[in-house]
Amino acid sequence: MNRINQKLQENKKLISIYFTAGYPEIDDTVTIIQNLEKSGADIIEIGLPFSDPLADGPTIQASSTQALKNGMTTELLFRQLESIRKTVNIPLIIMGYFNPIMQYGVEAFCKKCREIGIDGLIIPDLPIDVYEEQYQTLFESNNLSNIFLITPQTSTERIHYIDAMSTSFIYMVSSASTTGAQSGFGNEQKYYFKRISEMKLNSPLIVGFGISNHETFTQATEYANGVIVGSAFINHIKKNGIDNFKKFIVNILNK
Amino acid sequence: MKDLKMSYHVNKKGYYGEFGGAYIPEMLYPNVEELRLNYQKIMEEPDFKSEFQQLLKNYVGRPSPLYFAKRLSEKYQAKIYLKREDLNHTGAHKINNTIGQILMAKRLGKTRIIAETGAGQHGVATATVCALMDIQCIVYMGEIDIKRQAPNVARMKMLGAEVRPATSGSKTLKDATNEAIRDWINNPSDTHYIIGSVVGPHPYPDMVAQFQSVISEEIQWQLQEQEGTNKPNYVIACVGGGSNAAGAYYHFLDDESVNLIAVEAAGLGIKSGKSAATSALGNEGIIHGSKTLLMQTKDGQITEPYSISAGLDYPGVGPMHAHLFQTKRAEFIAISDDEAMNAGLELCKMEGIIPAIESSHAFAVLKKKPFKPDDIIVINLSGRGDKDLETYINHFNL
Ligand SMILES: Cc1ncc(COP(=O)(O)O)c(C=O)c1O
Repeated sequence: MNRINQKLQENKKLISIYFTAGYPEIDDTVTIIQNLEKSGADIIEIGLPFSDPLADGPTIQASSTQALKNGMTTELLFRQLESIRKTVNIPLIIMGYFNPIMQYGVEAFCKKCREIGIDGLIIPDLPIDVYEEQYQTLFESNNLSNIFLITPQTSTERIHYIDAMSTSFIYMVSSASTTGAQSGFGNEQKYYFKRISEMKLNSPLIVGFGISNHETFTQATEYANGVIVGSAFINHIKKNGIDNFKKFIVNILNK
Repeated sequence: MKDLKMSYHVNKKGYYGEFGGAYIPEMLYPNVEELRLNYQKIMEEPDFKSEFQQLLKNYVGRPSPLYFAKRLSEKYQAKIYLKREDLNHTGAHKINNTIGQILMAKRLGKTRIIAETGAGQHGVATATVCALMDIQCIVYMGEIDIKRQAPNVARMKMLGAEVRPATSGSKTLKDATNEAIRDWINNPSDTHYIIGSVVGPHPYPDMVAQFQSVISEEIQWQLQEQEGTNKPNYVIACVGGGSNAAGAYYHFLDDESVNLIAVEAAGLGIKSGKSAATSALGNEGIIHGSKTLLMQTKDGQITEPYSISAGLDYPGVGPMHAHLFQTKRAEFIAISDDEAMNAGLELCKMEGIIPAIESSHAFAVLKKKPFKPDDIIVINLSGRGDKDLETYINHFNL
């Protein structure tokens, strides 16, 4: 069983943290991962920066632009991660847009992920039908979970299809929006969380987009197995650096 | 409208050969799916067709003339016809598409329109149809382009549109397109995105090509009237995203006796690092939801193109054109800034027509390629040059 699924079996609400590789400094990748594990994160999503991140709001756009300016590339990220499994055991997911992965070569990319010990991929602009037709076997043979998104607009039928295709968790996008921190969720979102949880899907649900504090964490985990924090974390390291994330994580979980 | 189902047209899955498809995040899926399921049906409804045709005739001023350019024909020793899209309302072919899409948006019950624009031509054409239909209009435009294209920004505002600066990335057309897509993600139910060319996820390339196909439909009967044949030997058009070319080629796509020439902007030269010649410089990848040819780094980051003409300044081409390039169905020729500007000036002096700089690129092919005296050549004159006066003035020190 891969590390994500082991983690999902623990009886607790999970916190997954996203950061953009190469931000704020080009060589911060390994330090951020190690410090996140020490500080109590459950899963880490490593963002592979892209020049044209369609699904992202201003915070992640800006971090991606800066990371590319700093010189981040797919090759370099893989080099930085080469011995990451010697120091951390936390589940690692790479989140990236499809074009850079295509240019690296999808097969080579998957193999490299396996060598390093990456557990899953989130590729928001790789359509599920293309995945099923062309890449599913490749991902599975490299022990990679492909993680799909659902939104408030996703039809019931499609959610069942996505559930059937998922091998770890479903990434539940909190609202019709690009990524970005929000301070609280409205009734519409709570109703959506409830509606999906009542579908009794096979896959656990992790809520992302808009999670920034204890309130949004509590609202989401009333119905879901955990949360993903992205923009709020980027904003945090922009202000406070990358040395210690304990307070950041504790504030979301408990305060 | 789509009566031919042959190889150079889109297939059922939304691909032209290996290009096309819909590489979009899940957040966009319902919007794009709604369009995919409905566009063909709506376009074939009799009341849609008649409203579209009425507006093209009485509002846009179609059919646009197919003009025999006598002096150019003498100089270049061929029968050269100009398809006068420059005479359309708002000054370019862009309005054919925006009329079609605004009628589509109304039938889908949408109450808010968004669009991207580079030079501002598509933005103006979108603002125009939104004024006509009394629908809210928001146009995304790169911050840098807003400064470069002040008159078109003013036009959009006069027409009641809100112009929002795109401040991300390189702050030009590709970023304006990203911002429009992000807006659509944030407004999934009431909004229709009017894309300005044959780019984006399926079904956009096919839908826009069909709206623009009125160009080749008219060329067929106009040529029949004037030459006694409905087939030219060559159709020449410039390619930014590819919509005017797609429209000019459409009814000839599957007739290989008609040669298709696609003209890209070489900018300062293909190897100069300042170019927009996608077929020469690009390779296969994903841009704005479509698998196609695009200019990018080895690492898959999309690069910033350059052309003197803002309308050709796009780092990709539509998937139909990627397929036409790969299969060699169309010949791709790259024209530099200087070649285009000189060809534009020649058209002014010899035929009394000031072309858009985009269209000037197509005319520069006359100097590059030998033709036979009885070759019938149709050049798609996609737009007029009013918007480009300042560039012409600076270039020629007028
Ligand atoms: C006059 C004119 N021609 C051509 C183009 C290029 O677009 P496309 O390749 O979609 O026709 C533009 C775009 O702004 C334009 O304004």
